[in-house]
Amino acid sequence: MQIYLPIAEISVNAFLLLGLGGIVGILSGMFGVGGGFLMTPLLFFIGIPPAVAVATEANQIVASSFSGVLAHFKRKTVDLRMGTVLLIGGLVGAALGVVVFNYLKAQGQVDLLVKLCYVIFLGVIGGLMFIESLNAIRKTSKGATPKRKKHNWIHGLPFKMRFRVSGLYISVIPPLIVGVLVGILAAIMGVGGGFIMVPAMIYLLGMPTKVVVGTSLFQIIFVTAFTTMLHATTNFTVDIVLAVLLLVGGVFGAQIGTRIGVKMKAEQLRILLAIMVLAVCGKLAFDLLVMPSDVFSIAAGGH
Amino acid sequence: MLRYIIAFIMLTLPAMAEEVVLGLSKDEVAITTSFDGSDVLIFGAVKREAPIPEGDPLEVIITVSGPSEAVTVRRKEKRFGIWVNVDAVEIDEAPSFYAVATSAPLRDVLNDVEDLRYKISVPRAIRSVGAPMAVQDAGAFTQAIIRIRTKSDAYQLLENGVSVDAQTLFQTSIQLPAALTEGDYKTRIFLTRSGKVISDYETSIDVKKIGLERWLFTMSRENSLLYGLMSLAIAIAAGWGASAIFRVFRL
Repeated sequence: MQIYLPIAEISVNAFLLLGLGGIVGILSGMFGVGGGFLMTPLLFFIGIPPAVAVATEANQIVASSFSGVLAHFKRKTVDLRMGTVLLIGGLVGAALGVVVFNYLKAQGQVDLLVKLCYVIFLGVIGGLMFIESLNAIRKTSKGATPKRKKHNWIHGLPFKMRFRVSGLYISVIPPLIVGVLVGILAAIMGVGGGFIMVPAMIYLLGMPTKVVVGTSLFQIIFVTAFTTMLHATTNFTVDIVLAVLLLVGGVFGAQIGTRIGVKMKAEQLRILLAIMVLAVCGKLAFDLLVMPSDVFSIAAGGH
Repeated sequence: MLRYIIAFIMLTLPAMAEEVVLGLSKDEVAITTSFDGSDVLIFGAVKREAPIPEGDPLEVIITVSGPSEAVTVRRKEKRFGIWVNVDAVEIDEAPSFYAVATSAPLRDVLNDVEDLRYKISVPRAIRSVGAPMAVQDAGAFTQAIIRIRTKSDAYQLLENGVSVDAQTLFQTSIQLPAALTEGDYKTRIFLTRSGKVISDYETSIDVKKIGLERWLFTMSRENSLLYGLMSLAIAIAAGWGASAIFRVFRL
């Protein structure tokens, strides 16, 4: 069934979009990532103009994250307090990120920088996570109990706060800094930042993997809702018909994904996320290294 | 009185030996939610006062062009082992859609001078004022946009696509793709003999969104805040709805 999208000005297959939304929704519910970094390239591939794809994707993520977070609320795996602290940091970071982005754009070659950023960042995070979770799986299979809590310099910082759901009593400074850094990266890369936030919460803040997913989804809702409004009012690139098609699949996918995620072991969840992050990294590196099928590309508008 | 005016106009007009009388299967294309491309049949007849001239037969060229816009064409090159955009050329005007249908191979029905004058062939329809000095082969960029858009059927060259009957009746069918932008689609008909344009005629096909498409598009431009809020409301409602359904069925 073909449907003509009013803003993208292109006709697409509705079932294809429902399916795509569903798959990305499952990943979203399982791992606490928005899925924008997967969906946006897929939308480009179908022929949706990049500006419309990025803006509409933000709107779809609001829906699937909301659906996912409700499922997590029911299981009490959302740390509202931690989510709020991260969100405050995230919004500050996003504002800074927009400034940085515009500065880089004025210098030219912002695309390349973003891509290199992605490859290096995803490569390092994915690689470290993969090794760590592989070791964890090996240890548990040998019968040793995994140790999570470590005492380091982070616990010496002031402004301590109790995060009951996460079982942490730490200073608010690390979560705030993590929020700011992820916000900056998210704004530069044009994504919600879930796939950076999730490893950061696990490894830097030491939160339990189960709580991380719900908490990440909680703060993604606000970041992407903000992005949607920004795109809708300044660029007019949110395609509501495209969004509805994607989010119908997405919200159901998120519910299913959450249920799969809860049944899995933390190490398994982490290793799958690591593999996904590495795959995206590999794809981007491949694009940079291999000769494109057409060295020419067309972009709308002059400059 | 009116008769005299008409007679006067007739006298002052240059005597046109052959001219076009045109019909369109539709002069309006409505983009609805289920829009999936559209065929437009363009047909007409040649009106002439004198008998058919001797020599080369009459040929017909029909062009349909969508609204023009500026585009930037970028080229990648390998630098330090990775592919990066190195140079860009701005094309001032490139139609979003362009189709040329001819009654015989384009080379035979139109000479270069006439092509330059009427901007008929695809490369001529694209206007590029000038590439930056640093760019060596600016022509490659124009060729690139033609190649890319031809692949997606946005640019079509339909040689022998016009059928001409007894040098008088002609018809062609132009297929508008599913990815169609709104606007006035300028339709031109040229009659040529031995490569020269002897008569031309212009009309337009109005392509516009209607119904829900129109409403959403207008709202997104004129009431963007409300549109954004509506998008978010739908997203939240859908998220909650899915969660509720799963809860009710205890999945």
